[in-house]
Amino acid sequence: MNIDGVNTGIVLDHIKAGKSMEIYEYLGLDKLSSCVAIIQNVKSAKYGKKDIIKIDEIIDLDLDALGYFDSNITVNYIKDGKLVEKKHAELPERLTDVIKCKNPRCITSTEQEIPHVFELVDKEKKMYRCIYCDTLVKLK
Amino acid sequence: MQRDKIRNLISITDLSVDEIDELIATANDIEKNPEKYQDACAHKQLATLFFEPSTRTRLSFESAMLSLGGQVLGFSSANSSSASKGESVADTIEVVGNYADIIAMRHPKEGAPVIAAQRASVPIINAGDGGHFHPTQTLTDLLTISRKKGRLSDMTIGLCGDLKFGRTVHSLIEATLRYKNISYVLISPEELRLPDYMLDMLSEAGARYEEITSLEEAMPKLDILYMTRVQRERFFNEEDYVRLKDTYVLTLEKLENAKKDLVIMHPLPRVNEISVKVDEDERACYFYQTLCGKHIRMALILFLLGIKAKEA
Repeated sequence: MNIDGVNTGIVLDHIKAGKSMEIYEYLGLDKLSSCVAIIQNVKSAKYGKKDIIKIDEIIDLDLDALGYFDSNITVNYIKDGKLVEKKHAELPERLTDVIKCKNPRCITSTEQEIPHVFELVDKEKKMYRCIYCDTLVKLK
Repeated sequence: MQRDKIRNLISITDLSVDEIDELIATANDIEKNPEKYQDACAHKQLATLFFEPSTRTRLSFESAMLSLGGQVLGFSSANSSSASKGESVADTIEVVGNYADIIAMRHPKEGAPVIAAQRASVPIINAGDGGHFHPTQTLTDLLTISRKKGRLSDMTIGLCGDLKFGRTVHSLIEATLRYKNISYVLISPEELRLPDYMLDMLSEAGARYEEITSLEEAMPKLDILYMTRVQRERFFNEEDYVRLKDTYVLTLEKLENAKKDLVIMHPLPRVNEISVKVDEDERACYFYQTLCGKHIRMALILFLLGIKAKEA
């Protein structure tokens, strides 16, 4: 299958196979007017299979949110056909309004319009803690 | 006052060990020289915002402020506040910050004081947030142990009852972990075991602990026995509450194998988990704890307001 290379835009590479649609929706890529390609189940020497998203435009990306979805993702910025910058999504120190606290006793369950904030407590275990009630959440 | 300069007490770990020592020293001085402190908070106002009923803690705060020569305003249940009209915690705090110099709040939701501290222009004291933290009870417990034992290190603490929802237990563990050579005996039914994140905290700190279900078995090794009530308000299911509420009842018979200098504590209110006959035993310290609670809250209010008592 042939998909054109990006001339100026962003390529999200090394997405865990099957995760690309979730990321597409979270980043709101459906709202862009430019061309967006989602390529699933691409052969990968490192991971076996992976997904790739190509965006034909340079946009502001929430790298923290990407890191939450999959900390192996690489973000390649292309300008005039050349790779100008490569960033690695990392597990963010703080997640704001990315995940919600599921503790029914947490103040976030009743107080309106307060951000749901989690802080990274263990990078290896991908463990986050709600800053309000201390509930721990392990990312899958 | 600039918000980032305000000291709050949300969790016991907001205070360093040195600061806790300072509070204990002040509380002891208050006991010895109450007259030195009787006007220390003149013209200052404490707001007690109790979105969840509590007679003891609220009265303790109010008594503490009145004994410092200050004044008190507030409400004692969500029904008598604008929360019943749907007002947010953040808005309530913003408003009350214009009326009072310091706020003590209790709320049924965990983390409510964090939001209050983000919005308030005055110091916030967490007087209990759901099953989460209750740091002034912990300060009370530390002062009681310090006065009765003369130390806060080198002892075995038995925690008995509801270790899952018991916020006083969680805060006490977090506080005592910072002192040397403390061992914990965790006595609870399976359903009310200490939560995993607290067990992780114990393991990470390298603390010695054991989990058992028999109070009698634990008794001989304890220096402190901290009894708790199984709290009806923490259960979503009444059946579970009824099944678990009578698991542990401390009686004089069960104390037969206990150390002679055991200190029996309870954050109160008691339902039936300590027989009233135990009250006459000199090891029973739970009513004395309430006096310690007043003294330490006086010391805390002075500390957070940055007030030093005049030398007599």
